[in-house]
Amino acid sequence: MHHIEIRSLSKSFRNVIALDGLNIKIGKGSLFGLLGPNGAGKTTLLKILATLINPDNGEIYINNINLRKDPRTIRELIGYVAQDIALDKVLTGRELLDFQADLYHMNKIKKYERIDSLINQLEMNDWIDRKCGTYSGGMKRRIDLAAGLLHIPQILILDEPTVGLDIESREIIWKLMTNLRNQGMTIILSSHYLDEIDKLADCVAIINNGKVIDQGSPTDLKNKLGGDRISLKVREFSNNEESETIKEILSKIDGISQIVVNISQGYSLNFIADREKDLLNKLKVELAFAKFEIFSLTQSQPSLDDVYLQATGNTLQDAEIFMTGKRDFRKESKESMR
Amino acid sequence: MELQKYNIFFLYQETFALTKRLFIQLKRRPSTLFAGILQPIIWLFLFGALFTNAPKNFLPGVDSYGSFLGAGLIVFTAFSGALNSGLPLMFDREFGFLNRLLVAPLTSRLSIVLSSFIYITILSLVQSIVIMIMTFLLGYGLPDLLGLGIVFLTLILLVLFVTSISLSLAFVLPGHIELIALIFVINLPLLFSSTALAPISFMPNWLGWIASVNPLTLAIEPIRVAYSSNIDLNLIALEAPYGDLTCKNCISSLFLLTILSLIIIRPLLNKKLN
Repeated sequence: MHHIEIRSLSKSFRNVIALDGLNIKIGKGSLFGLLGPNGAGKTTLLKILATLINPDNGEIYINNINLRKDPRTIRELIGYVAQDIALDKVLTGRELLDFQADLYHMNKIKKYERIDSLINQLEMNDWIDRKCGTYSGGMKRRIDLAAGLLHIPQILILDEPTVGLDIESREIIWKLMTNLRNQGMTIILSSHYLDEIDKLADCVAIINNGKVIDQGSPTDLKNKLGGDRISLKVREFSNNEESETIKEILSKIDGISQIVVNISQGYSLNFIADREKDLLNKLKVELAFAKFEIFSLTQSQPSLDDVYLQATGNTLQDAEIFMTGKRDFRKESKESMR
Repeated sequence: MELQKYNIFFLYQETFALTKRLFIQLKRRPSTLFAGILQPIIWLFLFGALFTNAPKNFLPGVDSYGSFLGAGLIVFTAFSGALNSGLPLMFDREFGFLNRLLVAPLTSRLSIVLSSFIYITILSLVQSIVIMIMTFLLGYGLPDLLGLGIVFLTLILLVLFVTSISLSLAFVLPGHIELIALIFVINLPLLFSSTALAPISFMPNWLGWIASVNPLTLAIEPIRVAYSSNIDLNLIALEAPYGDLTCKNCISSLFLLTILSLIIIRPLLNKKLN
């Protein structure tokens, strides 16, 4: 049985389509990763799951409860840690947790036990009684995470929880996520850090332009590419004509598949080479025959970035840079205000 | 029945937590409390001094301008505090803290608004009490028990009315800059177009009309009655251009305005909070 089922979910902000008929199923007790560049629709999806915004179309079922019809029950089931950490600078960390516990109607004994337990788990003893305004980014993230976990939710929604964090805080949060998953909590983790998703997630959905472009376990998604990832350049900065010629040469070699021209990396050619065959020597011969020299050639095991590249024609990093330039963060911030 | 009992307890728990947070903020940043007290005191000294040499009994029913001004300043203190009540909510909206509240399974999201009402009412009453003590120390008298009841009832109604407007503005306006700008625009003109500084008989006809429908006037006049030696709710408190208003009429009008404002803002709050 699926813990969360998202059916044909759509959401637009004025003329911008944030989610476009999204379908996702998430199993109970799994750590589900959402991977995609900024502006792909991850935060919008998580805000809808957290009942902060309403979708235009589609349905979400959590524990078979319709989110749109019974949002209050859903709120009891979820813990939400937003991308932007919003703390009350004047309150101490302990006061903030105490405040949060009252909003979740926890009784006094349970509340204090839980607060102490989270302070220990997230190693916050040394600074919990200082005002939140004095915290570093890592401390803020940890207190925010503690607030989301206070009422022991069935589902924890984490929107890019490790962005800009120091190694120590990142490790603590990763360890905590793994422990929570092992205890049976369903975790939805959005990130654009490939290593984070690869390391932690049982299942991942790759999102681009509001659509799920692929879904599965990180290993399955990588294996689906079916070989080693090769990146080839015949000169440092090539051009379209040249790269198309090489693409044609490559496409004739048996065992080479999924050839993509990566424009942002100087028209490099990225493709999958069958591991069983000795393709690299054959490739060198064919290129030499066509009077091309190899400027660079790298061979690696496929990563999630390759999965993304295969599906979109861009690396995640390139998509990130492109989207960041396109977005109006001030406008988005105003639109996200109630 | 059991469920209802839990809901009431939960509503109390969440409202208490939200109110407590506002008081912790006030305790750690008390400048608004002190500024709210200091400003009327400065006004009392300066405006009181301005008319020191005015002829005796130039104002109807009072010995000195200070006695006349006292009621206006008590009301203005409560009014200013209530007008600013939308600011914390606006900051919560802007900095995303409101989302933390909206993600929680609150029994009623109106507890967010209710806590602001409770906080600002208590704060305004405390500030007004300090002003009352100051006016007493300056020799302008103190109301008796019935008078105190009238003062507090009037102030509570005014605070509820103004707070409801300020909270709705906090949801409607795009940011705190716009809210502060609007507060600046509203604040002093409303004071000067009320009977806080001068009676209606001193005003030109057009201003008299404005002053007589100004909610500040409707709050100031019953308080002036409360400070008089003979408290009679049926006594004429305001000689408005459209007719005389008794103390009871002023309080009833203020009550109606408050109810009306609460009814009007309800759909807006429901829309913004749900």
